[in-house]
Amino acid sequence: MLNPLFYYENVRLALRQIWANKLRSILTALGIIVGVASTTAVIAALTGLKTKVLSEFETFGAARLYVWPSRPDGVPKNLFPWEKIRLKSEEAIALRDQCTSLKGLTPISETSLSVQSDAEQLDGVSVTGIWPAWHATENRQVIMGRPFSDQDIVNERQVCLINDLAVRDLQLPRDPVGQHLLIGGRRFLVVGVVETITERMTGFNTISAEVFIPFPLMGKFQDRDFFMRFVALAKSPEEAQDASAEMTRVLRKVRGLGTGDPDTFRVQAIDQFIDQFKSIASGITAVAGGIVGISLLVGGIGIMNIMLVSVSERTREIGLRKAVGATPSAILLQFLLEAVTLCLVGGLVGVLIGQAFALAVSSIPGAKMENASVPAWAVALAFVFSAGVGVVFGMFPAIKASRLDPIEALRHE
Amino acid sequence: MAEPIIEVRGVTKVYHVGVEVIHALRGVDLAVHAGEMVAIMGSSGSGKSTLMNTLGCLDRPTAGTYHLGGREVSGLDAAELSQVRNQEIGFVFQSFELLPRLTALENVELPLLYARGKGWGWARQRRKLAEEALQRVGLGKRMDHRPNQLSGGQKQRVAIARALIAKPRILMADEPTGNLDTTTTEEILALFAQIHAQGQTVLMVTHENDVAAHCERVVRLRDGLVLSDLPAEQDAAVGPLALARRSAA
Repeated sequence: MLNPLFYYENVRLALRQIWANKLRSILTALGIIVGVASTTAVIAALTGLKTKVLSEFETFGAARLYVWPSRPDGVPKNLFPWEKIRLKSEEAIALRDQCTSLKGLTPISETSLSVQSDAEQLDGVSVTGIWPAWHATENRQVIMGRPFSDQDIVNERQVCLINDLAVRDLQLPRDPVGQHLLIGGRRFLVVGVVETITERMTGFNTISAEVFIPFPLMGKFQDRDFFMRFVALAKSPEEAQDASAEMTRVLRKVRGLGTGDPDTFRVQAIDQFIDQFKSIASGITAVAGGIVGISLLVGGIGIMNIMLVSVSERTREIGLRKAVGATPSAILLQFLLEAVTLCLVGGLVGVLIGQAFALAVSSIPGAKMENASVPAWAVALAFVFSAGVGVVFGMFPAIKASRLDPIEALRHE
Repeated sequence: MAEPIIEVRGVTKVYHVGVEVIHALRGVDLAVHAGEMVAIMGSSGSGKSTLMNTLGCLDRPTAGTYHLGGREVSGLDAAELSQVRNQEIGFVFQSFELLPRLTALENVELPLLYARGKGWGWARQRRKLAEEALQRVGLGKRMDHRPNQLSGGQKQRVAIARALIAKPRILMADEPTGNLDTTTTEEILALFAQIHAQGQTVLMVTHENDVAAHCERVVRLRDGLVLSDLPAEQDAAVGPLALARRSAA
């Protein structure tokens, strides 16, 4: 029997049943609602973050490489003192000159100094030492004046680049090129202005004044063994891995490391960061999946409980239905469809709440979540899981209902 | 004479309640022909409910044969019995057994919900049949009422419409007036008479002689056996007490 009409009618009947017991239905489906809503929200937030971060990675270009000092794992600290592992300017020069797969490389060192203009003095301004290649590796061009040149580096010219926030904070004229600044007590000529980048991959919001000076001059403001890192750009994203290998080889040679010696530095291409980020994201997704699993289990037990109550309350109804010709399988299907419908309604409410949460999060200014949205697969999955819970946990009560003896059931008080 | 639509031979029913064994039916023979209106009577414990459940295919006999419309049904399984009930039997219960959330119309439609092999057009057809059935019992104006908006007599009319909708071979009524006042009882019995007059075979379980008097034939049970099986006038003339004495003698 069981024509399509029968399914349709039972779903309609189930919806009426749910509507007639609104409060009970909501309480019953709460586990599923909460489970689906929280997972939907987490997935939405994660999707937003992922889109955001990956698009940031892309604007940086997948060709970027990072080098930083790193003490090998599990070795005595005294065998690898800082002096032995820290990066040095000569190493930057060696890498730049010897690595054929690189388009550019810059050492980067940051400190904070007091900066003084004619009108204003600021303390703790971020001062960064760079080479001209920095414009390419960080993708930050000048919007006024000129970029750094090799001559600035070689001749250790006391010139600087500033960002537009520094222009504002130091109360410089709109075109500050040609102005002089006292940086850490030394007089620098402003030669150009770079854009302020408000958001960076690392998550730091550098919405503050920035000053850039030729790298060799950083030594004048810091200890002799100050910290520096290198940022390089491979000729193409495809060559990033090759470049990483080449840089490792060159740097090992420069450092005189033997075949068995561990690396005293780390070279990492940006796509490895992307991989790391992706694996973190899928880790969070898995945890969210675990949470949804638990809440669906709890929700399912709630469903089973209420369906058992429902079967017991409606024993006479079951008896009557059987008396007028409902087969055991028809009764089974009726109660199973009721459980599934209840779960699906719970899933729908959950998805809507999750969607609302995603919408709310995406409109928080500065939360970087403007891309938060519930992907279609998550919605589909939520419904599949909800229906699954309905089938699994509705089965036992439905079987119980289908096996009721019609005479006994009709006699039930 | 034509073949009877109900024919039971040597039907017994044994229940086990804990260690106790109850012989509810001890070998009942009964034949009902098309168009008859039969009352089954007996005190409580006489086996009349068990016989009714067996005849209504709600229960299977422990032994004996049951031919319903020429078909042996005593060996069918639960699903097959459901279908037989759906197609061959209409039930009317003492406490109406209407589903409270459904309208009168939907209650009447219920048996057709379980009819087999129907397509999408069935929904509309079903509705029409239910409307006709309600009109037949005089409730054409109460179709959208819920059971709690209906009087006892109206509820039983809905139940009768429900029992008739699948055009069953037999209409079985178990104390159909047990919950009704005298006036309403008369109305419902008149309705049964009217339905019977239209050719419907009716089987009615009752313990009231007044009700049984509306039938053509009265079957009395005692201790799981048929005590008497007489035309209604004769049964009334002999009287239940005399029958009881005769069997005791």
